[in-house]
Amino acid sequence: MLDILKDQFWFSAILTVILAVVILGVVAYCIYFERKISAWMQDRVGPNRVGPLGLFQPLADGGKFLLKEDIIPANVDKPLFVLAPFIAFGVAMIGFAVLPWGGVVDLDGDGVVDVTAQVADPGIGLLYLLGIGSLGIYGVVLGGWANNNKYAFFAAIRSTAQMLSYEIPMGLAIFVVVITVGNLRLEEIVLAQIGEGNVWHVVLHPFAFVILLITLFAETNRTPFDLAEAEQELVGGYHTEYSALKFGMFFLGEYAHMITGSGFITVLFLGGWHLPGVPGLQPGDVSIWAMLFKMIVLGAKIVGFLFLFMWVRWTLPRFRFDQLMRLSWKGLLPISMILAAYATTLVYLGKATNIPWALGGNAAILLIVLIYNGLLRTEITGRQANLPEVTIPAEARS
Amino acid sequence: MIRDEDIIIVETPELSAAERLYLPQIIGGMQTTFRHLFKKNITVQYPEQKRELRVENYRGVHRLNRDEQGRVACVACFMCQTACPAHCIHIVGEESPWPDREKYPKQFDIDELRCIYCGMCEEACPVDAIELTPEYNLVSRSRQEMIFDKEKLLEVHDRTVDVKPRKNPRITGYPGTGNRSNEQPPGDDH
Repeated sequence: MLDILKDQFWFSAILTVILAVVILGVVAYCIYFERKISAWMQDRVGPNRVGPLGLFQPLADGGKFLLKEDIIPANVDKPLFVLAPFIAFGVAMIGFAVLPWGGVVDLDGDGVVDVTAQVADPGIGLLYLLGIGSLGIYGVVLGGWANNNKYAFFAAIRSTAQMLSYEIPMGLAIFVVVITVGNLRLEEIVLAQIGEGNVWHVVLHPFAFVILLITLFAETNRTPFDLAEAEQELVGGYHTEYSALKFGMFFLGEYAHMITGSGFITVLFLGGWHLPGVPGLQPGDVSIWAMLFKMIVLGAKIVGFLFLFMWVRWTLPRFRFDQLMRLSWKGLLPISMILAAYATTLVYLGKATNIPWALGGNAAILLIVLIYNGLLRTEITGRQANLPEVTIPAEARS
Repeated sequence: MIRDEDIIIVETPELSAAERLYLPQIIGGMQTTFRHLFKKNITVQYPEQKRELRVENYRGVHRLNRDEQGRVACVACFMCQTACPAHCIHIVGEESPWPDREKYPKQFDIDELRCIYCGMCEEACPVDAIELTPEYNLVSRSRQEMIFDKEKLLEVHDRTVDVKPRKNPRITGYPGTGNRSNEQPPGDDH
């Protein structure tokens, strides 16, 4: 049995099955906790009727999705209509493949590292994640296109424009990490945050961390960037015409995407499975128990981010579309370009992991942004600048 | 037509540099929601728990009161039917078999689905015969069942009279007919 596990292929296969089951469960309970947290934040109780504390609510929801009538409206592009939810969900699920869950493992304790606790460990892990993340748009666009509903199509277009716009600052924020580490392998990025003289990248580049966090909200279509499916004021979004299981796939895909995104930012900026100074979480700990411990720590960090996602959702109203675009193109993009240039300079000077240099640069950039913002007189909120002035009678201006 | 002098121009306050960054405001808002995570819930778990109602004020299902002799207290004056803004009361009056009043309702129907529970009927009634009760869980399987006739309204009285006694049990019938059930003027307690 152990000999089979020592083969990376079989280890990965078993890990895939376990991860798929665990992540589907987590996704289901994400929806439960989304409802619970929203309720608590609004001084309500939330779902509490199905089972103790409402804990079986995800099962009831799933049963409902399975048993509902699955309507395929007339005049839809049927193959794409059926395909779109599977793309949305599948793409979100395969992102987990490259997350480094528990470092390297020595299964039989003979001092030789046997396998990597990761489904796949490609040298371009980061590029893979970025590519898969961009594929998420396909589910949205195909869903909006195939159902032959102009409002759903508008929603899909909105969502595409948003995701494309936020991918640029996201890429630049990631570039800061990549140029600092000099490697695209996710395991190496985690290791670069551990050890003598190394710190988590969030300490080195807090600004890039904040930008990546903001763009992640946009990429996962979460509030305040959930214009794709603004429940209250727009029809339904790109999945207006979907019902039953297909709607459920979109719904689960959104949460799976959140988990991938949380794992992503944890690996890049928060040290992945590492906690400084805790025994069992260091690169030298390769026993199977250390692997489990590392998985739990990474999972806990991901859960923390999931809570943050929900917390923000139930705090903030959503942006108007022009504000959303302005934030990306006029706000995040210039800042992330400066950050990328600064990180490159640090690497050139050989001070990539020098905390005072990195932090000082971040503080200077923050100062520049504040001064620029203070001097800037164009309105961020309110009316668009290029609309004609409203004429107001002179006597009313008293 | 809005007159010019009625227009109030509200200028959007100018944002400071920190506000333009959004982040400080966002963190402020998140603190508020985080505090609410731990606050006591205000939910009432309805079928198991029930809110305490202000019995004397609550405007629920109507009832027709009975006088001391168990007769319907209504004198078929049509005041409630006239006052009703939803036109949900339908009365058929007839000559009274009792000596203390001229008329009594042969038929008295209230469409509980049409009613807006404003309480105007209660205000209009000169003999306090129609009253709103604290009953609110009003259910039925058809619209027809929701039209309450005289018997049903009297039943509501029998159900709720312990919780909410009749406001002025002594007034029944017209003043001056010499046969008021009690000759004291209304509201005078002895």
